[in-house]
Amino acid sequence: MAAAAGLPPRGDLHAPAHLLVNPAGAPVAGAYYIQHAYKHAGTPNIVTVVLADYRGFDTLGETLVVFTGAISVLFILRRRRP
Amino acid sequence: MKTPSGSPIIQVAARGLVPVIQIIGLYVFFHGHYSPGGGFQGGVLLAASILLARLSLGTEVSQLLFPARKTIIFSALGALIFAGTGLAALLAGGHFLNYEFLPLPGLEPAELRNWGILIIESGVTLTVMTSLIAIYDEIIGC
Repeated sequence: MAAAAGLPPRGDLHAPAHLLVNPAGAPVAGAYYIQHAYKHAGTPNIVTVVLADYRGFDTLGETLVVFTGAISVLFILRRRRP
Repeated sequence: MKTPSGSPIIQVAARGLVPVIQIIGLYVFFHGHYSPGGGFQGGVLLAASILLARLSLGTEVSQLLFPARKTIIFSALGALIFAGTGLAALLAGGHFLNYEFLPLPGLEPAELRNWGILIIESGVTLTVMTSLIAIYDEIIGC
């Protein structure tokens, strides 16, 4: 709770997460996606580009998890025909 | 449920709502490029419309909408569309799931990525929709 009280307020433009270069001098990853997402994919929704393009492998895993869940339910609940 | 609901109110409301929910589901899926939405949400809405028909209109009518035997086949097909798109890009000379290398002629890299996102989102939609229907069908046993 002490750490939560020290977080920057919501929408603070000068918070370290929203800067181009963080206080340690390294480039912030989020800024790269915001600047290049439309140029790379021609899609205005940055969330969709990150979800389906930059992190497509992660989404493939999510889809396979859903598929595996369905097929497990099928194996567990299917009644055997005598 | 297996028999249609006895109440005419529920029947009429379900008949009116099912196509509307399906249209909204398709809208959410195709509008994922421009607003919140996409494959998962659109798939859940499409599944909700089929499940509403299953609950209120009885097995006979709702099986015509989407047959229970085909659910898991379409679920596997959706996952295959996703993985196949990645493999197509891999075989065409790029990285796995790098849509820039998809073998669609006459498109710029940005357009190719746009179409690649749409293709894999359709796979996600198919898998999510049919998985939810398959789970319901197995629990009810039809």
